Amino acid sequence: MSAPANRLATRNLTLGYDHRQVVRDLEVEIPDRSFTVIIGANGCGKSTLLRALARVLRPTSGTVLLDGKEIGAHPSRHVARTVGLLPQSPITPDGITVAELVGRGRFPHQGALRRETPQDRAVVERCLAETALTDLGQRPVSSLSGGQRQRAWIATALAQDTELLLLDEPTTYLDLMHQIEVLDLCARLHAAGRTVVAVLHDLNQAARYASHLIVLREGEVIAEGAPDAVITAELVGRAFGLRARIIPDPETGRPLVIPLPSQVTAK
Amino acid sequence: MSPTMKRSVGVSVVFVALAAVAAFATVDIGQFSGGITEADAFIINQLLLPRILTAVLAGASLALAGAVFQSVTRNPLGSPDVLGFTQGAATGALVGIMAFGGGALVVAVSAWIGAVGSGVTIYLVARRGGVTGGARLILVGIGIAAILSAVNEYLITRANIVDAAAATVWITGSLDGSTWSGVVILAAVTFLLAPCLLLTSRSLRVLELGDDLAIGLGLGVEKVRLLTLTGAVLLAATAASQTGPVAFLALCAPHLARRLTRRTGPNLVPTLLLGAALMLWADYISQHAIPNRVLPAGVVTGVLGGGYLVYLLAHQRKTGQI
Repeated sequence: MSAPANRLATRNLTLGYDHRQVVRDLEVEIPDRSFTVIIGANGCGKSTLLRALARVLRPTSGTVLLDGKEIGAHPSRHVARTVGLLPQSPITPDGITVAELVGRGRFPHQGALRRETPQDRAVVERCLAETALTDLGQRPVSSLSGGQRQRAWIATALAQDTELLLLDEPTTYLDLMHQIEVLDLCARLHAAGRTVVAVLHDLNQAARYASHLIVLREGEVIAEGAPDAVITAELVGRAFGLRARIIPDPETGRPLVIPLPSQVTAK
Repeated sequence: MSPTMKRSVGVSVVFVALAAVAAFATVDIGQFSGGITEADAFIINQLLLPRILTAVLAGASLALAGAVFQSVTRNPLGSPDVLGFTQGAATGALVGIMAFGGGALVVAVSAWIGAVGSGVTIYLVARRGGVTGGARLILVGIGIAAILSAVNEYLITRANIVDAAAATVWITGSLDGSTWSGVVILAAVTFLLAPCLLLTSRSLRVLELGDDLAIGLGLGVEKVRLLTLTGAVLLAATAASQTGPVAFLALCAPHLARRLTRRTGPNLVPTLLLGAALMLWADYISQHAIPNRVLPAGVVTGVLGGGYLVYLLAHQRKTGQI
């Protein structure tokens, strides 16, 4: 087993729920300081992989390595100070305000008896500012728009103050404007020096924002690398069963996937 | 101190004041203005003081247990009444009354065993793959509660009329049988467990955000769930073994406390204080509501608590929350 070059990596990782195997013998590396996006068709194991990287899901076999050591072998508070997670459907407690929610992200930095410190409050303020929510701090989360609410959850993960940030489908259920809002925020967090890992559905958004792509099909990695190198018509066909033409995005020069009509046509 | 924190402290002080007023009303200080006779002293020391202390300790325990259940199950209906511990305590008490003669200590012990036994059963059945989901706890609890209710009704139909009457009063919940020995047991359990549960407050707030996020924040979610549920079941079982399962107190107190403090999270301290105040007032009202007729305190909490629950549901429906 070779020592990983990056902080977060997997070795022979097999994952599943009950007796259903979802991911098999996976070897991935999350490049440090990358914006890594995991893509693939529904049910390919993207979210399962992310949950394992965040040690929410225990591997059936194999390991997730954090700094070269099995992630479960680190003290859980240490992991929580290193890897932040925004799960797919977190629960909003009744009546909670944005600032309160973000404050709960400080949990791994507090003891059982220690009250909120000025430093905690300063971090919360900074996270609200980073997500452009400073003016909405005292509003109930339930009164926010979808995009604002997602930003509030990202701010909560940010308040964890971790170098790595894992986001499970942060754009799902948002309309396009709010999707871009959230992705721009991720890009800013990446530019500020964090390693960001996100599961996304939209291939073009992945191509546009990611610095590193991991493409999954039926629980196996079929391609990884920079979007320019990875996204080809052949790969889109293999990963999604979709015929497509790839052109350079006129705005960014990144690959842009144009889906073609499926070959099965009704008479 | 933040404004919500200030409000929380203010509301808690009001709860303590309400409890104190109810306690003084129960003793009815005014009647002793002409000096205290020996008989008065006996009534105060042997009847009223244990009664007041039992109300305070059992009310606080039940309310605190209710707040923990609601937080852990992430369900506003999570309470001993819904989860089946109440019914388990009643089954135990019925067995104690019918099979073992019904002495106060025997009934208390058998009710305690019934409540803890049903708690353990529900936890084990709801646990799957090492995870005890909140929704599963509620559903399994409702199922076990239904089975135990049927068993209880069967036992009552089999009982002789004296036992059946005693059992019915016990199941409704009453402070009539309060004794100093009961107070000592309650105090020991409450002073041991309540502080432990209060310390889990921050963990419970994180657990409310969902298992995945809580694990991401470094919380051992199953450990926290097991420890807090154990503490809450032991508190509720001990309180119920002394007073009977006082209906709805554990369900309402956390809701009312949260509404008054306007704070999210389990609100453990205000809930505990409110539980004590509610129990004292329920007992006072039950003794004075109908002249010359004393009701069990559980009748009052049942009527008021049930009414409040209906109000809550109607209100939530109006605001589109359910």
